[in-house]
Amino acid sequence: MTETLDARGLSCPQPAMLARQALQKLGKGTLEVLVDSPTARENVSRLARDAGWKVDIQQQPDGSVKLVLSK
Amino acid sequence: MSAITRFLTSRWGPVITGAVVGILAPVLVKLGNPGNMGMCMVCFTRDISGALGLHRASVVQYIRPEIIGLFFGALVGALAFGEFKPRTGSAPLVRFLLGMFASIGALLFLGCPWRAYLRLAGGDWNAIFAILGLIVGIGIGIGFLKMGYSLGRNHPAPKAIGWVMPAIMVALLLLLILAPQFGRDASGNPTGPIFFSEKGPGSQHAPIIVALVVGLAIGFLAQRSRFCTVGAIRDVILLRDSHLLNGILALIVFAFITNLILGQFHPGFANQPVAHTNALFNFGGMALAGLAFTLAGGCPGRQLFLSGEGDADAAMFVIGMIVGAGFSHTYSAAATPNGPSAFSALALIVGLIICIIIGFTMRERKV
Repeated sequence: MTETLDARGLSCPQPAMLARQALQKLGKGTLEVLVDSPTARENVSRLARDAGWKVDIQQQPDGSVKLVLSK
Repeated sequence: MSAITRFLTSRWGPVITGAVVGILAPVLVKLGNPGNMGMCMVCFTRDISGALGLHRASVVQYIRPEIIGLFFGALVGALAFGEFKPRTGSAPLVRFLLGMFASIGALLFLGCPWRAYLRLAGGDWNAIFAILGLIVGIGIGIGFLKMGYSLGRNHPAPKAIGWVMPAIMVALLLLLILAPQFGRDASGNPTGPIFFSEKGPGSQHAPIIVALVVGLAIGFLAQRSRFCTVGAIRDVILLRDSHLLNGILALIVFAFITNLILGQFHPGFANQPVAHTNALFNFGGMALAGLAFTLAGGCPGRQLFLSGEGDADAAMFVIGMIVGAGFSHTYSAAATPNGPSAFSALALIVGLIICIIIGFTMRERKV
């Protein structure tokens, strides 16, 4: 089962902090992170790539973005 | 255009922004701004507070065009790249309080983090204690974040909410240019509501058009690159991510070089411009400010740029800063170049207590 983290509407640094914690807990697999600000999208993508995760960016109909992180 | 966008949102974005701030801030000092005060969100909002008559410290009253320029630079950046999204609902009242106490704390040091770095780059060693305090304040904020602190989520808001701050900024620009005098003093002479200092730091300023244009440029770059003088330290400690910190290092290096070239580097503790030498209050004031900034999610510049993106919660923080500066000067809490004032210690203690209560009590509501 794919885990999902809903980080929409949260202030810095919470989206990145929560994503980092979730990735460390997961180790490998797939994590979906929902974000709705460009800063959160960039920060989560950057930290995931730095930790060796593949990042797939999917635009959602409501204007938010789903980041699919996999390793 | 897209190449520039990618560049500014890459790891180089904050470095470019920091370098531009580092060069232009000392130039504004050369053109008339107070020493080491080419760019300072807290000093500038404090001057605006005084110009509007929210405090009557007659030496620090001026509608700083830099703030108006920074805001519109960020607004243009957000509009041009589809990032203008009116939103609110993440504990605006708490953000107002955090803005107030961030300002009250920073006015004990006499500068926000931007000015702390600029003061360091101008040779004002008092800034070292302030930056240490800032790091401690941010560290305490990180402790709360790790314990689950959150001001909750914002939500999309009607477009009109996003246009409130632009309207306020246009009004400030008009008040700056027109400087109306509706009031009458005891002898019937025109006075206020707009007050401009005739002496002191408030009377020292670069030409309006230059300050506006510099603000616009920096606001645009900072919005694109997510430049944040508090996030820089926070992300290194919390996320082991130094890309924002590189921006601060660039700011300090370029400001140092520019100050050297312009003959504005004067190393030492004593006789620094708009500064005092009380290390305890320089440290403590910035620790309070650093905590408040971290609990609110970013430095005062970042709050201003976010408000330009339509974030009405960040706008509440900015307005809190203006009101906090009013309280700080009216109630003799703000420090002066002579050192702390009668109620500086009380303001510091009350501010720390309230921010710590906020840190312990604010959690996201699970529905």
